[in-house]
Amino acid sequence: MAANGDADRMFDRRAFFLGAVQAGAGFALMGRMAYLSIAQADRYKLAAEDNRVALHLIPPRRGWIVDATGAAIATNRPAYSVELIPSLAGNLDAALDRVSKVVPLGPADRARIHEEAADLPAAASLTIASDIGWDAFAALNVELAEMEGLQPQRSYVRHYPDADAFAHVTGYVGRATAEQYRESKNPLYLVPGFRVGKDGVERSKDEVLRGKPGARRVEVNARGRIVQELDTRPDTQGSSVQLTIDRGLQAFTAARVGNESCSVVVIDVVTGDVKCLLSMPAFDPNVFSSRIPSKLWKDLQADERKPLLNKSLQGVYVPGSTFKPVTALAALREGVTPADTVHCGGAYRVGNNTWRCLGRHGTVSMRTGIARSCNVYFYTMARRVGPQAVADMARLLGLEHEFDIPMPVQRVGIIPDPAWKQKRYDQKWSVADTLNMSIGQGYVIVNPLQLAVMTARIATGRMVEPRMLVGAAPKPFEPLPIPPEYLEVVRQGMDDVVNGPGGTARASALNIPGIHMGGKTGTAQVRRISGGFRGGANVPWKYRDHALFIAFAPVDNPRYAVSVIVEHGIGGSRAAAPIAKDVLTWIYDKEAAEKRLAGVLEARERARRAAEEAAARAEAEAAAARAAAATGAEGA
Amino acid sequence: MIGGLLNSRWPQQILALPWRVILLVAAIGGFAVVVLYSAAGGSMTPWALNHAVRFSLFLGMALVLSQIPLKVWIGIAYPAYGAILVALVGVEVLGAVSGGSQRWLELGFIRLQPSEFMKLAIVLALARFYHYLPRGYSGKLAGIWPPLALIGTPAALVMLQPDLGTALMIVAGGLTMMFLGGLPLRWLLIPGTLGLASLPLLYNMLHDYQKRRVLIFLNPETDPLGAGYHITQSKIAIGSGGLFGKGFLKGSQSHLQYLPEQQTDFVFATMAEEWGLAGGVLLLLTYGLVLNWGIRVGLQSQTLFARLLAVGLSMTIFFYVLINTMMVMGLAPVVGIPFPLLSYGGSAMLTVMIAFGILMSVHRQRALDNL
Repeated sequence: MAANGDADRMFDRRAFFLGAVQAGAGFALMGRMAYLSIAQADRYKLAAEDNRVALHLIPPRRGWIVDATGAAIATNRPAYSVELIPSLAGNLDAALDRVSKVVPLGPADRARIHEEAADLPAAASLTIASDIGWDAFAALNVELAEMEGLQPQRSYVRHYPDADAFAHVTGYVGRATAEQYRESKNPLYLVPGFRVGKDGVERSKDEVLRGKPGARRVEVNARGRIVQELDTRPDTQGSSVQLTIDRGLQAFTAARVGNESCSVVVIDVVTGDVKCLLSMPAFDPNVFSSRIPSKLWKDLQADERKPLLNKSLQGVYVPGSTFKPVTALAALREGVTPADTVHCGGAYRVGNNTWRCLGRHGTVSMRTGIARSCNVYFYTMARRVGPQAVADMARLLGLEHEFDIPMPVQRVGIIPDPAWKQKRYDQKWSVADTLNMSIGQGYVIVNPLQLAVMTARIATGRMVEPRMLVGAAPKPFEPLPIPPEYLEVVRQGMDDVVNGPGGTARASALNIPGIHMGGKTGTAQVRRISGGFRGGANVPWKYRDHALFIAFAPVDNPRYAVSVIVEHGIGGSRAAAPIAKDVLTWIYDKEAAEKRLAGVLEARERARRAAEEAAARAEAEAAAARAAAATGAEGA
Repeated sequence: MIGGLLNSRWPQQILALPWRVILLVAAIGGFAVVVLYSAAGGSMTPWALNHAVRFSLFLGMALVLSQIPLKVWIGIAYPAYGAILVALVGVEVLGAVSGGSQRWLELGFIRLQPSEFMKLAIVLALARFYHYLPRGYSGKLAGIWPPLALIGTPAALVMLQPDLGTALMIVAGGLTMMFLGGLPLRWLLIPGTLGLASLPLLYNMLHDYQKRRVLIFLNPETDPLGAGYHITQSKIAIGSGGLFGKGFLKGSQSHLQYLPEQQTDFVFATMAEEWGLAGGVLLLLTYGLVLNWGIRVGLQSQTLFARLLAVGLSMTIFFYVLINTMMVMGLAPVVGIPFPLLSYGGSAMLTVMIAFGILMSVHRQRALDNL
């Protein structure tokens, strides 16, 4: 053994060294483990908890939208839907086959589901079918209880009881866009049942209506499968929004105008409350709020009656003669007296050009000028006071102004003046521009709400500001810087339009004892007048003139201001004034109004049936002609 | 009567067994059953019962192996090495024929993974080599190239499979034996230093995806759902266990399957989540005592073969523990080395228990001074 002494000692040293390596490594590993489980314990505990617990958000029920009396305009309706977590379902097509035995799924639905599933985050769910009804919901729960990843859901969907009558006021709701999610990173935006306001009050008051989501804390495994429910926090419903709108009035008005392409605005001139803000035709927000079928969307976009446009705020129109009270007030303010007269010989000459009037009105004062809508009177007055005075008065009365109401978009229109024309067209203002403007033609465009506010301001002599949200009682409005007696003259003129001899809207006088309506008709060309072309009944619908009417009532103590625009309605007195009459009648005498409405609906039905019969007859005649031709051909 | 029984041959032999160490090993095996019971969500199936049966069988086998004379071990060292090498080539050929990477031989009743046994065979073969190597030759070329060839051939074959972890363990075991066999330090230090220095150069020669893997290993949080997932989840399991763990059957990481391979390669993390740092330290200390006993057996042995064998086997088991724990604690890349006796699976347990049987055999014959 002695000979091996050196080698043995080296072995002992090296074996001892390896033992030390083992011990050192062991302690280093313990140290590493201690670092993970003591120093970093909080961080990893949080991470483990993050893994384990998933938060399933419960979309909040939206607040209601109610009218001035508390009647519901937008509510929530319980609904049943079915969601699927594709990552748990395995074969998506097989899963859809199973579901479709209970809930029918068309090829379009399947295409959509596949598309959505393609870019779905892992363990996220998607809606297979919404609003499936209680029977299907119950059947799914019983028949497919064992199916992985299938989640029949109880939820709420937005419900608009009056469908299209309030579509443009309320707007509609829909899923948040991918862009909205990217901006806010709000996880609620990914929950299939959650909706955000897309238009109208739903959009502008979205934060108020939205509420706070509830949450279900669930334990999930690595594959997203729910192992157990931990706890649930219920959602908090959003606050209601009360509008100044009168649901009954607007619903009546919607029924009254039927399929006309029109806007009707009614304002309470004392409070500024917008009682009616109707734009027809419209869309059904109930349909829009689940999913907009692309065919429906295309049809609505192509419709020449523009159902997607809120005409009351975003439609801008040439005001035509409804603008004449503005010119009258501008003249009064610049020193013209009501008694100043103008002779109307049926035309007005500037240099070599002749500007026609609608009639030969003879000697015209301000009151008769308004009542008979004499162009020559307003040409003369506008030239006397100049375009700037007219433009200033228009703006003072609320034209070219955006109001503080909870609606996403208002188009303000144009009130032209020399500076505007210089800037816009780089041209000098001409006399023709002044003349056009004085009768509300040319560059002047306004929206229906502005017309109603203008009427309200003329009717009260105060700076009426419209409002759509019920809140604290508004302060009395400031008086306009116009002497009351001038306004009185204009109001008398407007009274005569409806109630005076020779007024343009005499047929639409109210049949209510003690209550008179004052107003002003207007007709706006859709195409420029050229070669005597007029937009009457003998041209295609889309080339016919727009019909306008503004009104206020009662004349002696104004309470309501109305603007009515009927697109391609040909004449203000013929198409627009009767609507204003019925709307005001409803406010003062609902029974009479309903009776008149019944008559209107009956006439409409008769006309529809007659049209159908005529079409059928024409078809039959054409068929007979074809048959005769065919026989003739055979005979030859 | 009792004295007579004690004086007879068999009870003497039984009493001479290292019962304290056997108890420690049995404790590890028993703990493994508990951990696997929990990993299955509180069920003896599919893992705990199998593990218990297998462990009992293999422990009995180890006790039988402990009775085998050293002469037999030295006698079968080369034949065993040769047979396993042939099996490795066989696996390679079969793999090429069936067109995929294959690591085992299907013998009908059992799947043999020859690379697993090579970890032991290399230790046996090199122990025998140095035992018969004349004094002073371990530093000469004639004493250096045969061990290198003995290590390099199986390591290369295993790398082809490819199984980086096992190849690493074969090389580490072989180098340990060369170190113990008396290889001059310069032959270890100079290539070692050169190897370390060339690492950056090697890194630059890697493909982009390989570089990314290295980076992900170094910082797994950058890719928590991809390749870094295993390491991240394992660290979460260990870290969230804290000092005393979440409690038996309460590990969310393993029970909700966030932890991959919670019963095999990552069983240590499964354990640590429920038993905390305390469980981990206790387990490592227990292993430390067993390994230390192995080294002491080597130091007490008289023949070079026995000395090399005991320390070499202790180191082989140590490499299992080291590589696996480094892996689950995020200190090494995921290479697929199980934690001995704790991880579910037969091959590694068989290897470790054979090593333990040989260690006990050496222990029994430590006083033997020639073969």
